[in-house]
Amino acid sequence: MSATPAPNVKNPAPAPAGTEKISLYESRQQIYPQSVSGRFRNIKWALLVGGMLLYYFLPFLRWDRGPDLPAQAVLVDLTNGRFYFFGIEIWPQEVYYFTGLLILAAFTLFLMNAVAGRVWCGYLCPQTVWTDLYLLVERWTEGDRRERMIKAKKPWTPRTLAETALKHFLWLLIAWWTGGAWVLYFADAPTLVKQLATLQAPAQAYIWIAILTASTYLLAGFAREQVCLYMCPWPRIQAALTDEYALNVTYRVDRGEPRASVKKAIALREDGKPAGDCVDCGQCVAVCPTGVDIREGLSMGCIQCGLCIDACDNVMGKIGRPTGLIGYDTDINVHRRAEGLPALKPKLVRPRTLIYLALILGVAAAMGFTLATRRSLGCDVMHDRNPIFVMLSDGSIRNVYTVRVLNETGYERKFYLSLAGLPVGKLSVMGEPAGGGKGVPIIAPPNQTLELRVTVTTPADAQLPQSTPIQMVLTDAKTGETVKKGDYFKAP
Amino acid sequence: MIDHKHQDIDAATGTATTGHEWDGIKELNTPLPKWWLYVLYATMIWSVGYWILYPAIPLPSGATRGILGWSMRSAVTQDLAELRADRAPMVNELNKSTLQQIASDPKLAEFARAYGHSAFGVNCAPCHGANGQGSKGYPNLTADRWLWGGTLDQISATITHGARYGDPDGHQGDMPAWGSQGLSKQQIDDVANYVYSLSNKTTDDVSAGKKVFADNCTPCHGADAKGNPDMGAPNLTTKIWLYGGDKDDLIQTITYGRGGHMPAWGAKLDPATIKALTVYVHSLGGGQ
Repeated sequence: MSATPAPNVKNPAPAPAGTEKISLYESRQQIYPQSVSGRFRNIKWALLVGGMLLYYFLPFLRWDRGPDLPAQAVLVDLTNGRFYFFGIEIWPQEVYYFTGLLILAAFTLFLMNAVAGRVWCGYLCPQTVWTDLYLLVERWTEGDRRERMIKAKKPWTPRTLAETALKHFLWLLIAWWTGGAWVLYFADAPTLVKQLATLQAPAQAYIWIAILTASTYLLAGFAREQVCLYMCPWPRIQAALTDEYALNVTYRVDRGEPRASVKKAIALREDGKPAGDCVDCGQCVAVCPTGVDIREGLSMGCIQCGLCIDACDNVMGKIGRPTGLIGYDTDINVHRRAEGLPALKPKLVRPRTLIYLALILGVAAAMGFTLATRRSLGCDVMHDRNPIFVMLSDGSIRNVYTVRVLNETGYERKFYLSLAGLPVGKLSVMGEPAGGGKGVPIIAPPNQTLELRVTVTTPADAQLPQSTPIQMVLTDAKTGETVKKGDYFKAP
Repeated sequence: MIDHKHQDIDAATGTATTGHEWDGIKELNTPLPKWWLYVLYATMIWSVGYWILYPAIPLPSGATRGILGWSMRSAVTQDLAELRADRAPMVNELNKSTLQQIASDPKLAEFARAYGHSAFGVNCAPCHGANGQGSKGYPNLTADRWLWGGTLDQISATITHGARYGDPDGHQGDMPAWGSQGLSKQQIDDVANYVYSLSNKTTDDVSAGKKVFADNCTPCHGADAKGNPDMGAPNLTTKIWLYGGDKDDLIQTITYGRGGHMPAWGAKLDPATIKALTVYVHSLGGGQ
């Protein structure tokens, strides 16, 4: 991280006298985040509800694609190798659209970082969102921070045992539903729900639900901030990507210090002596889901969720001091305030954000363009390599090709397959009657790849060079849509 | 050495050091979480499970077997058995159906071609080439002429009983070695000229060879030289030559005779495989 206003006190703190044993491993300090209300908490609740509704119910959204295709709006059909996303259908060979999506996701993350640091971590990351939900359950069953801390120190009672059992039951329920919703993206959701309920779903469905139930329960219930501190690569990458313009949750040292109790601060101010607004109430630390003290400056543990802002604003409101002692601010302003200079407005429009935005729009436009203009049919031609040509009894030369016709629509289509670039050549399809002037008629079944064995034959006196470029032309009988594919005709 | 006596605090960062020091450079202590260590131990214990369950420790008498009894060979055997079980319904269909039924049912024909292609690669490709293109002495199966006939039933008979392979139902009949059976060098030269003229434009006078042909060759190759599939006598009027169509090749063939072998696969392959091979070979481009 960049410069920090407070001295950087890192763990472990110097050991008290007499206990000077050094450990290379540290035990986890259990964190008991306190509930808080306020602006950023409300934003987080809204994102949590919105995101979860989307995740849990999106598989049930229907999308009509005709009688032969699944009617689920978002579906990963692994059996048939198809990905459906509303009006878009992706075949395995078009997997580069996913590359495009990943590039978009990466640049969006970078843009978010350039504007507001780890805003992804604090508001949108599933680890944060599910942990938030689990903490809600924890508070509802076992009580808020203080109660949980007291109960943790005391022996079990029937009451606390029942509360904890209820907590774990609800956690498992959420975890199970999380895993359950995941598998719905891979099969027809209403059907699978019925199968699951009647214990007739495929074994993979149960296995995946079990795996995802276990991981959700473990990560949101127990691992929590440990995921951010030790497992996730993003904080490390983010630290290298961020700059002094990014808005980060920041404690205003110039306003806060020196810390004093409310009464003492009033007394000091009356004497005309310096007194900070921070009353050292510790609320910012109490609400923090990762146990960070924001007053020590930006640190790897801070996920930028803004809950300490809400906590501090609430306290400032009660003691009649202006809010914003903790707020989103840039590193530039941290330094300017330290030097006694006025703060600057955050600069959103700057080369870095513009470049990210341009890249995002560029990739999105390229993807949109290829999606909008892509054909609903495809054609692949592969020349037989062995033999590359066959001489027939009358001396004529035959080349054999494997032609794949991709009908990417949900209905049966009629095509004509014809030959261009070799007037003396005669094209025919094995197992199909000879074609007329338009070419050999082909019936392509819906949403499938049709494989044809195609022969091109030239008469004995054609006098062709060893290799002649040709084109296979596939024409839709109804719409006239055409796709051409080049190959070669080989002769002795 | 770790100095357990004093905890050393690095002045610049305020972080404790591990006590390790190399020429004045100290290592900061950034402790790992304990659970991380326990995960490492858990993976160690997990690995012990492999030693017990699977073949693991090499000994002079072979590796320990592991209590699951797993081996690569048994895994392959099991995979093959599963494959056979998967294919069983379609293979049964092949067994039940006639060649004509197989060829006319698109789904069954597709299966037969794939099944036949794989069997072809194992059994036939050494002589006939990977895609049936053949080579000198080994017939090209993709062209439109057949020594022993190109209908489904004829192809099936050839695969099952072979040619000149000792099977009483197999194809018999050789090309005699005329050089030691009554034809003079001049006669052989003449008849080679005549045969060459049947498929090539030539201005030479071939009447002498035509007479030799009429006297000696017509019983098998026919008066019109168009051959006879019942005897494996090739059509001599086409561009397709098993042993080459140059004059030198023809003289060689006439002088010393020909008679390649086709194994009788009926003894080695099951009926379903032979049916699949037949449909596959028939589909290569020359089927009649």
